[in-house]
Amino acid sequence: MGKTLFEKVWDAHVVAQDEGAPAVLYIDAHLIHEVTSPQAFAMLRERGLKVRRPDKTFATMDHAIPTRNVDIELWPSDAATQVRTLRQNCKDFGITLWDVDGPVQGIVHVVGPEMGITQPGMTIVCGDSHTSTHGAFGALAFGIGTSEVAHVLATQCLLQKKPKTMAITVDGELGKGVTAKDIILAIIAKNGAGGGAGYVFEYRGSAIRKLSMASRMTICNMSIEGGARAGMIAPDETTFEYVKGRPYAPKGEEWERAVAYWRTLVTDEDAVFDRELKLDAGELQPMVTYGTNPGQGVPITGRIPYPEELEDPAERRSLISALEYMGLKPGQPMEGQPVDIVFIGSCTNSRIEDLREAAAIVKGKKIADHVWGIVVPGSKSVKAQAEAEGLDRIFIEAGFEWRGAGCSMCLAMNEDKAGAGKYVASTSNRNFQGRQGPGARSLLMSPIMAAAAAVKGRVVDVREMLN
Amino acid sequence: MQPFTTLTSTAAPLRMENVDTDQIIPAQYLTAVTKEGMGKGLFSWIRYNPDGTPKPDFVLNKPEYQGAQILIAGRNFGSGSSREHAVWALTDYGFRCVISPGFADIFYNNSLKNGLLPIVLPEEVVNLLWDLVEEEPKTLLHIDLRSQTVTLPDGQQHSFAIDPFRKLCLLEGVDDLGYLLSKEEAIAAYEARPRWA
Repeated sequence: MGKTLFEKVWDAHVVAQDEGAPAVLYIDAHLIHEVTSPQAFAMLRERGLKVRRPDKTFATMDHAIPTRNVDIELWPSDAATQVRTLRQNCKDFGITLWDVDGPVQGIVHVVGPEMGITQPGMTIVCGDSHTSTHGAFGALAFGIGTSEVAHVLATQCLLQKKPKTMAITVDGELGKGVTAKDIILAIIAKNGAGGGAGYVFEYRGSAIRKLSMASRMTICNMSIEGGARAGMIAPDETTFEYVKGRPYAPKGEEWERAVAYWRTLVTDEDAVFDRELKLDAGELQPMVTYGTNPGQGVPITGRIPYPEELEDPAERRSLISALEYMGLKPGQPMEGQPVDIVFIGSCTNSRIEDLREAAAIVKGKKIADHVWGIVVPGSKSVKAQAEAEGLDRIFIEAGFEWRGAGCSMCLAMNEDKAGAGKYVASTSNRNFQGRQGPGARSLLMSPIMAAAAAVKGRVVDVREMLN
Repeated sequence: MQPFTTLTSTAAPLRMENVDTDQIIPAQYLTAVTKEGMGKGLFSWIRYNPDGTPKPDFVLNKPEYQGAQILIAGRNFGSGSSREHAVWALTDYGFRCVISPGFADIFYNNSLKNGLLPIVLPEEVVNLLWDLVEEEPKTLLHIDLRSQTVTLPDGQQHSFAIDPFRKLCLLEGVDDLGYLLSKEEAIAAYEARPRWA
């Protein structure tokens, strides 16, 4: 029997497999950031251990840092302490650090691919659940806890139980105004926020093959919101084109050998998945979430379900509590829902392609008077590229704030927070209670939908603005 | 890591599904560079009013559930962020075991590395346990990891599954690191292989 893409990458990384024990899995690249690493370095120090492969470990700062251009002396003291701790740890253990004062820094899942660290067939981990992003390259990439960060630092390996596989096939043509974000929100709405627990997703089908790397990253990024630790897309010419020439990409003869190997990283025709899910791209519409988990989403032309329509009492309870928090009513259409804040950014949607698409919607227009809009590029390189293309001017002239690179309002652990009760049209990945600020109400959507919401001051069908 | 063998305790019913790690410990508590004291932030948004006073309706604020070392939660517990702080918050608060119809993968792994026993039981059993401990908060549940059972006061027993390796680690109070370090030779041999084999 043939193997799936996941099985090929998994099998190539098993260092040891004792009877009755999980596999010892080798990790090719380990990304770290300021929030989930300090306690891991402390564990190393407690046990007198070194970092085994500092050359496979890369650090940047993204979660806690302010995205306004201010000196670290003026930062909140806990964020400054985390950044200084990471600097010291990288210095002590010989790890490459892309610091806030350098040209590379950004959201770890934007910077890794940009630098060419993310390559097909690799195993990649980070103390961040959105590490699934890197699966867009045909890598097996997943988030880990801080104890596991320490394990990888010390041994470059993890003890892992082999997950199951689930094929998610999206065939057909996406309609105008329907994006990668809508594909993944539709998948999660269909399969549930916890539906992927224990699985690795493989996204396949003609609609996936046509997507850019940025779009593929958006989809893999939110695998975790569907409960799967990892999502993968088989590498192809689009992937190789993206990786080629980047700082850490193989060069010369090494490149040829790498590509020859990467071409083998496809699911064999006779391979069998544990589960399969199919979607027709042509039936998808722009999506918006109404609830407090990413599975609670509807097409823009749809409406919020009534609790009595749900058979499962747990789902019903979940819906009632979500709507109470969100201040929304059963049966209400999402179109027309007023928004107070528009956030364009996060590891899901802060790449140059996302910013170009959003800018095209707001160009020459103003955002609604009552809306506070911020655009937060995913990395310094995205920011520089956007500025070279004049996108910053478009956003600023429309009334958005144009910020520095970081996680920003995705997770409310830095200065960028949404106020209690505020509705946020957000391109990020989580609509959990309080995720974007205590009491804040997140409506997840694509960059063009968020841009359209900013202009109109309410949730609208972006397709009406595309003519 | 504190070994886990048996536990006899009251249990707190958290009748909620999809409790994500942002609910368990909001990001504002993640700015610490140590693990200590996370318990004060546990469930803080649903546990406290904005002015910091406890919400009387929240289960952990009710006098009858003080001291409970078992939490009984709805499905998809621990979804979202990989933050191990969520587990540190639960253990620092005093929990040693969480029972749920299903856990998010990363949370489940993180629990095992900190001596917090995640027990998966069928939804109908979890419903029954909720009813039981809501009706009689003094109900003592007895958990035995060796026999992989949860025993109710009336003798009713429910078995749970756990990976044998993880079970051994919990029983002995050891984490993965010692085991991984013992594989040094195999790791070095793996690293010596050509990269594009």
